[in-house]
Amino acid sequence: MSTPRTLLDKLWDAHAVTAESERAPALLYIDLHLLHEVTSPQAFSELESRGLTMRRPDRHKATLDHSTPTLPAKDGALPYITAQARSQVERLRENCARHGVELFDWASGKRGIVHVVGPELGLTQPGMTIVCGDSHTATHGAFGALAFGIGSSEVGHVMATQCILQRKPKTMAITVDGRLPAGTSAKDLILHIIGRIGMNGGTGHVLEYRGSAISALTMEERMTVCNMSIEAGARAGLIAVDEVTIAWLQGRERVPQGQAFIAAAESWRQWRSDEGAHFDREVHIDASQVTPTLSWGTNPGQVVPVDGRLPAANAETQRALHYMGFEAGHPLAGHPVDVVFVGSCTNGRLSDLREMAEVLRGRRVHPRVRMLVVPGSDAVKREAEAEGIDRIVRDAGGEWREPGCSMCIAMNGDQVGPGQVAVSTSNRNFEGRQGKGARTLLASPASAAAAAIAGCVADPRAFLQEACA
Amino acid sequence: MNPVRTIESATICLPTANIDTDQIIPARFLTTTERSGLGRHAFHDWRYDEDGTPNPEFVLNQPASRGAQILVSGPNFACGSSREHAPWALLDAGIRAVISSEIADIFRNNALKNGLLPIVLPQSVVDTLLAQQGIRLQIDVAKRRVYWPSGDHLEFALEPFAQTCLLEGVDELGYLLKHAAAIQRYEELAHVA
Ligand code: SF4
Repeated sequence: MSTPRTLLDKLWDAHAVTAESERAPALLYIDLHLLHEVTSPQAFSELESRGLTMRRPDRHKATLDHSTPTLPAKDGALPYITAQARSQVERLRENCARHGVELFDWASGKRGIVHVVGPELGLTQPGMTIVCGDSHTATHGAFGALAFGIGSSEVGHVMATQCILQRKPKTMAITVDGRLPAGTSAKDLILHIIGRIGMNGGTGHVLEYRGSAISALTMEERMTVCNMSIEAGARAGLIAVDEVTIAWLQGRERVPQGQAFIAAAESWRQWRSDEGAHFDREVHIDASQVTPTLSWGTNPGQVVPVDGRLPAANAETQRALHYMGFEAGHPLAGHPVDVVFVGSCTNGRLSDLREMAEVLRGRRVHPRVRMLVVPGSDAVKREAEAEGIDRIVRDAGGEWREPGCSMCIAMNGDQVGPGQVAVSTSNRNFEGRQGKGARTLLASPASAAAAAIAGCVADPRAFLQEACA
Repeated sequence: MNPVRTIESATICLPTANIDTDQIIPARFLTTTERSGLGRHAFHDWRYDEDGTPNPEFVLNQPASRGAQILVSGPNFACGSSREHAPWALLDAGIRAVISSEIADIFRNNALKNGLLPIVLPQSVVDTLLAQQGIRLQIDVAKRRVYWPSGDHLEFALEPFAQTCLLEGVDELGYLLKHAAAIQRYEELAHVA
């Protein structure tokens, strides 16, 4: 019998064009490259200045998300924040047209955040290698695909050769057993995990999430978990293919249909770690210990349960406490909140908006709070509107926007003001991430909605219980 | 890429831990379609006050930092995003090497592709360096050594392929293109239709 292999081993072996040696990394073949306006222009310029063409334009798909406005003017005009942002988008459009790359443009009905669009169209499939000039590419690992962020130079490499140079990362198994308690979600789980292993706990590794609690997650939840692998410093996140994966993909626009789907599904089932495969590191998490969790500081490893207290001031916490304007040792709940953002590639899918709406339905956003809800894609927006989620948000006094990255990265003009506190369903709480001087608390959609209503950090379980009663 | 063989310079010290790519180059400066010109935005929100005047307290604004090419930082430097704008901004600001006890994966890759040298040294050594702002160091890429003014040296790890690329100015894209035949064969075998 052959040695048991991890899912990473299998994906790696299937894509290594040349093996890695002491002297040189492997050439890794890339099945799918996703592009957006921010990290691609320099790569296209490089390609053209060398007189090169794209090797396989059919394996590259582009969308507009980072710099795009989320609030079109009354006449439909798009108020880009700067002329430079507009020209960045125009540049992508020109580049895609010139090189024959399919672009999900404004009028396509398929536009959205790159990591929401890929899976939802069925472009993301098990067993693939997927790259994008964006570190949250890890999201696609939820489908048993090896997916990671690359820089613009590597974007150029993939365009010209469909390959990148890589050394094989190490593997870390994160086994989550037990059941997530009521009122907690995948976001709470991943914040809890990052709190456990630390913001650099995954450096040099690919994290494979496994165990009964992971199998019990929906695909949307698995994407939320894999999305934040990079926040633990990891190269990528992975989850094995199972029947949940296959059922989710069936019928998607870009997957094989009919008999061809049955054949594809059969081959997809191989994308899982063998029994007894060896991981370089193993971590065990008890899902039943997870509570609604928020970040309190300026890196995603600084987390606390919603009913917990801020840490004591020490060399490690001092700077973050000061930046956040928090008092060491005080409870987090009850701290006033100015902005609530629901969206991003972490929590901008339909199930996330439902989770928020469940808390928000029939209630009002606190007068102190500005609440912004930004669907992850055109499709998410359409489906949410069909369910009336837009009305729940508007009736509560929140803003319902066009899809895009929006306040996750604050490049398009949607931002949190200096010194303001935001509860955000996005993935990064670095200083200034949501605008210069902005203070970010990462949270689940339910916790975000609870904060919007209460006007302060609040436990979503209180609202959910009321909703049930 | 131009070859990088030796770097000799005074240091600039930023003792902060976990300096992320949003600090190195805030996202609002990413709407550029160029690689060049990002240096003036490097560490923007630490470097300038609200009204845009340089903050005299910030190390990069101090006269002693002028012309310095080696940045010494607290642990876990450049965590966060894959934006290559981070190494571009540092290089454009004159930085050619970064020393820390830990440097984030994607940043390290991106830095090497642009001839910015990421050097990982033990925390105790980094702490000593952080206490000696402006000390002149010499870095020898071929020997993988950092030399102190006293002549003492320490070795650092450098992936052999990256080292060759730096020393010879090898361009990775050129290297990849030479493998066109192998890529073609792979596509045929793997039925990449
Ligand atoms: S939503 Fe945020 S993390 Fe996701 S792709 Fe956009 S900017 Fe990156």
